[in-house]
Amino acid sequence: MQPFVRVSGVAAPFLAANVDTDVIMPKQFLKGIDRNGLDRGLFFDLRWNPDGSPNPEFVLNRPGWQDACFLVVGPNFGCGSSREHAVWGLKQVGIRALIGTSFAGIFDDNCQRNGLLTIALDPASHRQLAERVQQAETARIEVDLQAQRIRLADGAELAFEIDGLRKQALLEGLDAIGSTLRQAERIRAFEEKYLAERPWLA
Amino acid sequence: MTAPRTLYDKFLDSHTVSRLDDNGNLLLYIDRQVLNEYTSPQAFSGLREASRQVWRPRSALAVVDHVNPTAPERIAAMPDAGGARQVDYLAQNCRDFGIELFDVLDARQGIEHVVAPEQGFILPGMVVAAGDSHTTTYGALGAFGFGIGTSQIEHLLATQTLVYKRLKTLRVSVRGALGPGLVSKDIVMALIREIGADGATGYVIEFAGPAIDALSVEARMTVCNMAVEAGARGAFMAPDEKVFAYLADKPRAPRGEHWERALASWRELRSDEGARFDREVALDASALQPMVTWGTSPDQADVIGGRVPDPAAEADPIRRADLQRALRYMGLEPGQSLAGLPISHAFIGSCTNARIEDLRQVAVVVEGRRVADGVRAMIVPGSTRVRAQAEREGLADIFRAAGFEWRQSGCSMCLAMNDDVLATGDRCASSTNRNFEGRQGAGARTHLMSPAMVAAAALAGHLIDVRTLSREA
Ligand code: SF4
Repeated sequence: MQPFVRVSGVAAPFLAANVDTDVIMPKQFLKGIDRNGLDRGLFFDLRWNPDGSPNPEFVLNRPGWQDACFLVVGPNFGCGSSREHAVWGLKQVGIRALIGTSFAGIFDDNCQRNGLLTIALDPASHRQLAERVQQAETARIEVDLQAQRIRLADGAELAFEIDGLRKQALLEGLDAIGSTLRQAERIRAFEEKYLAERPWLA
Repeated sequence: MTAPRTLYDKFLDSHTVSRLDDNGNLLLYIDRQVLNEYTSPQAFSGLREASRQVWRPRSALAVVDHVNPTAPERIAAMPDAGGARQVDYLAQNCRDFGIELFDVLDARQGIEHVVAPEQGFILPGMVVAAGDSHTTTYGALGAFGFGIGTSQIEHLLATQTLVYKRLKTLRVSVRGALGPGLVSKDIVMALIREIGADGATGYVIEFAGPAIDALSVEARMTVCNMAVEAGARGAFMAPDEKVFAYLADKPRAPRGEHWERALASWRELRSDEGARFDREVALDASALQPMVTWGTSPDQADVIGGRVPDPAAEADPIRRADLQRALRYMGLEPGQSLAGLPISHAFIGSCTNARIEDLRQVAVVVEGRRVADGVRAMIVPGSTRVRAQAEREGLADIFRAAGFEWRQSGCSMCLAMNDDVLATGDRCASSTNRNFEGRQGAGARTHLMSPAMVAAAALAGHLIDVRTLSREA
């Protein structure tokens, strides 16, 4: 997993509420057995016109935000289907962090597993950030995970909270399966006792 | 004296391998997982790349459901190369890793959340995680189920555990009794409208109260299934005698002495008297009316007698823009009444509402009547077993005589990953769980409602209160 320590770049506003993973990655892009080619599918119906040309209205196609590596999003972003393809697509277009007020649970976990930082800000900070990034001139920010701070173009700082375990995993780019398997003996011992007490499951 | 515990506490306590910090992060043991063809491929590839084994192959069951066709004649061939590749790869992975598979031609095939309970694969007290958000369905059996992404499927296959953070608890108490023509779908749709599509984000829901106790096990599955549309990461009710009776004759349920021991343990699965929940919500079932959605999020819903809201009345600019966008997509005008809205399609299917009881309710509505001209109406049973049972009971004949297509099992038009896809501008009354933009086809418009309400709409040719159908038809 790609570590996330401190990243600076442009943030694009995409503030609709309840943006679901069907919208982030429509079903026609779920037919693979690998993770390739999902950059094209990301926000497909919003990003591309029916003839395949970029939709000039969509924020990631607009001058100033085309190279965005952060999205400032609305509440409950990523709701709906568990499809991790949505996160792979975001990664493939170069998004490194999503900044909102709340994220859907499965989506949030999927982001974490792919080194995509999700930040849930308090509403006031979120409003302040959203206002700034509406203008391309003030859309450049720095996200410092170590310090748990977002720095705006004018030097203002917004603090954010993150679970300690998640933070560590992101900073180190941790292999989650590898670290769990270091507890393999514990898991084995737990399982033996658990199944012995519940023979109908053994 | 230990403090009184919620049912959620009991699920977690009995499955905690180790505590990872003082902040609620656990290594959680998982009893079962169900695999499908479209969220599992990259997980298996990950195992292969790292030369890892599956920890406990018999804890997993794989089923093909999302991409297969549902044409009335069962065919093994997939309609497209991508789907075929996924089905083949699932078969190869199951072979190589020793996992049981119900493929398309298997008599036990069907939608994973219908198949796993009907097989007795899910039992009370279990913690189940699977690569599909509607894994919450299993809460109806007194199990704790939740959806995970592909990376976590891989983690689970390799370790039988997940790194899990304790959530907050929400108890939804439903008092009163449902009136005639109302079903459990109306309870959960009313709840979602009430608390919002993110109303339970960060929570698990325990459902309780007389209106929940009165529901059949299958009706409870509808409630737990759709609770995820309010953001809940897990939804369950304490298992009761109905659950035990439901399980008693299931193929994989424990037998004999094991059954007795299991039963004794299952009877402990309830929140203790005085257990504290982080939040409480109360609903009155007797005040409910049949629900339909008008928008593109499951909380954009109203009673069938209601009207499309006016965005101009919304003060918050972001919410106003969301509303305007939803109405534009749905092709609706502010103030328009929901009853009477013409439809082009009716779809009865999905893990929310395609079990045998749902089909029986539909049969009661459609028997001796005809689907309206200009409406394409489909019934896709939740599993191949449900299909066979409906045929034995004569329901299939009723459906066909009324002009419904009677199809093979799969997810079908719930998410339209196979060849069952709506066209732009089609308007569909649907017994499914998601009315998202493009869910049933790019530009297609979905109205969620109970299966009987879909059936009524199919007959009338427009949205209609199922309770008034007899007078009109
Ligand atoms: S029926 Fe629909 S919601 Fe259920 S598993 Fe299939 S696609 Fe998902």
